[in-house]
Amino acid sequence: MKHKAKKLFLTMVLLKMNLACSYIFSQTNQFKIYSEKILGTETTIKMIPIKSGTFNMGSSKKEKERKRDEGPITDVYIDGFWISEIEITWDVYELFLDRTADKEHVKRAELNLNIDAISGATAPYVNYNKKGYPVVNVTQYAASQFCKWLSAKTGNFYRLPTEAEWEFACRAGNDDPYSFGKNARKMNEYGWFKKNSNGQIQRVRLKKPNAFGIYDMHGNVAEWVLDSYNPETYILWGNSVKNPVMIGKKLYPRVVRGGSFKSNIDELRSAARGFSKEKWKRRDPQIPKSLWWFTDANNIGFRIVRPKKTPNKDDINKMWVNPIKEY
Amino acid sequence: MKKEIDNVNRRKFLEHSAKITAAGFLMNKLPARSKRLFSIEGEIKVALIGCGGRGTGAASQALEADPDVRLVAVADVFEDRITECLKSLNEKYPDSERININQETSFLGFEGYKNAIDLADVVILTTPPAFRPLHFEYAINNNKHVFMEKPVATDIDGIKRIIKTGKLAQSKKLNVVVGLQRHYQRNYRAIKKMIDRGRIGDIISGQVYWNSGGVWVKPREKDQTELEYQMRNWYYFNWLCGDHIVEQHIHNIDVANWFIGANPISAQGMGGREVRKGIDHGQIYDHHFVEYTYPDGQIIASQCRHQKGCMNRVEEVFQGTKGSVTINSANFALMKNKRKKTIYDHQGEDDINPYQQEHNDLFKAIRQGQYKINDTKQGADATLSAIIGRMATYSGQVITWDEAIKMDQNLVPDLYSFNDQAPVQPDENGMYPIPIPGVTKY
Repeated sequence: MKHKAKKLFLTMVLLKMNLACSYIFSQTNQFKIYSEKILGTETTIKMIPIKSGTFNMGSSKKEKERKRDEGPITDVYIDGFWISEIEITWDVYELFLDRTADKEHVKRAELNLNIDAISGATAPYVNYNKKGYPVVNVTQYAASQFCKWLSAKTGNFYRLPTEAEWEFACRAGNDDPYSFGKNARKMNEYGWFKKNSNGQIQRVRLKKPNAFGIYDMHGNVAEWVLDSYNPETYILWGNSVKNPVMIGKKLYPRVVRGGSFKSNIDELRSAARGFSKEKWKRRDPQIPKSLWWFTDANNIGFRIVRPKKTPNKDDINKMWVNPIKEY
Repeated sequence: MKKEIDNVNRRKFLEHSAKITAAGFLMNKLPARSKRLFSIEGEIKVALIGCGGRGTGAASQALEADPDVRLVAVADVFEDRITECLKSLNEKYPDSERININQETSFLGFEGYKNAIDLADVVILTTPPAFRPLHFEYAINNNKHVFMEKPVATDIDGIKRIIKTGKLAQSKKLNVVVGLQRHYQRNYRAIKKMIDRGRIGDIISGQVYWNSGGVWVKPREKDQTELEYQMRNWYYFNWLCGDHIVEQHIHNIDVANWFIGANPISAQGMGGREVRKGIDHGQIYDHHFVEYTYPDGQIIASQCRHQKGCMNRVEEVFQGTKGSVTINSANFALMKNKRKKTIYDHQGEDDINPYQQEHNDLFKAIRQGQYKINDTKQGADATLSAIIGRMATYSGQVITWDEAIKMDQNLVPDLYSFNDQAPVQPDENGMYPIPIPGVTKY
């Protein structure tokens, strides 16, 4: 049996490689706010342009409740990109799950998509409100596959933000603990956390946006980025770095940013770093565990970015999250 | 739905199976172990019957429960399921002596369960529920402890067989755990205790929910026989699955029975197929709403839905004479008194996984030679409660517990090969008969 299993595995690997993808994504010189309309539906995603620039990533030792993994402060240069104005909601995510829109419209770019698997994957049995609420309990892989699907549907290259892009967009030019300054009490105007959420996830866009016009960067759901978590990330990066990203091979821990409706206020700070835990899947009764869903991460969601300059094919391929089986 | 087996098909199967055996195709007949031990020292031998994702998960939980558990045999009707299961377990437990499976101990086919069960002390039954009565009977007749998934049957005949076999297990002092894992979950156990102590008074009503977007679909593939297609896509066939009110919503109905301390005396309700009615959606409904009446007049409203894009809610809520409780499987429980003041808020962040707890309890009892657990009756009662709910929505009639348990309802034929006739057949458009309220008998 063992031998047989191995053989089957090899066949699967070969099959995957044969399906190598070919695609051309659009390039544009325009760098303005736009709404991405998903063909075959009424749904749009508003994308906010973030101009290239340099910022201080991390927090100083003086910052209240600051953790060691937020330092030392590093000079980070980021190329321009668009970021979604809101956390991805069920309204959009269910189009990906359901894929009814796919049946009627030809895709604009061909991608190797393993999305039959997601429509086949059973979502965790928990309470969700859907319309207008951010999607939660999604794995980083699922979030990345959503980006792939959206890229194929629209012809524009979408992906998860890097940790540095995320913090750059969150700060919106502000080095203080929060994008709105030092005064944590003002959080009530900008974000959902433990004290003001009544323990409930909230609809997106109910609070004020940051200076870039982006909503809910602080709180509501903690958001996936591409990077693996390493408490020494900024030490490894050194004093200054350009477009950094650390994509590791291990499934855990990976970074989530912004804190959530369940967090204490200090976990919502622009520099605060959260990370994934195996226990987020602890009530998954199956083996292998779901590639797509957590059972115990009802405060974990994501938003998407699109680089201003579409990278070449090799670089695009590096930005998809690989599936890792979990037993 | 008819039960008879086509003699021609039976003959075909015999030829077919002879071929398989001749080819040495995973099938093997080994003599049953003669020696039986009720308390076990050293290795505890486990056989897995039904090698899907849940079965593989259960096998792993058994391995985690006791360091001397060995997986000694597996059985399934699908070879790829066996392969995938062993691949996963070998990944999870690399270089482990604990998974002792080879060609001689992997049993493929409809009767492979017998060979696998013969080799074990404890058996895990995780096939689709249609086959549970058959496998449970064989396991108990052969003196095995059992972990079996819910539901325990899809029809009334199955329920009767399970109850009878459960009594036999009791007389033989065999432990039986049924995978209604809320019974092994801390928030549920805590609330049950508090209800029994009268913290919310007497339960007078409740609402139980399993509203979700539904589950996987396995579209028909070419070269499949009708029976093979149905068994791959088993969720959508009543004889295999029992409909989602039985297969999933059983959990929530079971909590109502457990907390009230009684079974419903009757059910009436409504249901249908509004959204999920495609070619690969078989026969089952996508929603049921049932009103259950309990012996002291308590009413439980039960709703289950498999429709995408709608509110999701999987939870139980009860109102008592002195307070109320809301509880769900995400380790959540909130109890309030009549003045809406919180009297208990369960902090379940680090509670043990209930799927693990049920195996921990089972293997501990077996290890210590104790006869402690027999969930059979509770599993059968919960399954029957869900079945009368289904009968109510399918028929549009009031169904009482007492009349249901006297019914002769057998949806599951004896099966020996994929060439056997499936008990339901598609029409010329590939669609299956769907229950019609007011027309369907039950």
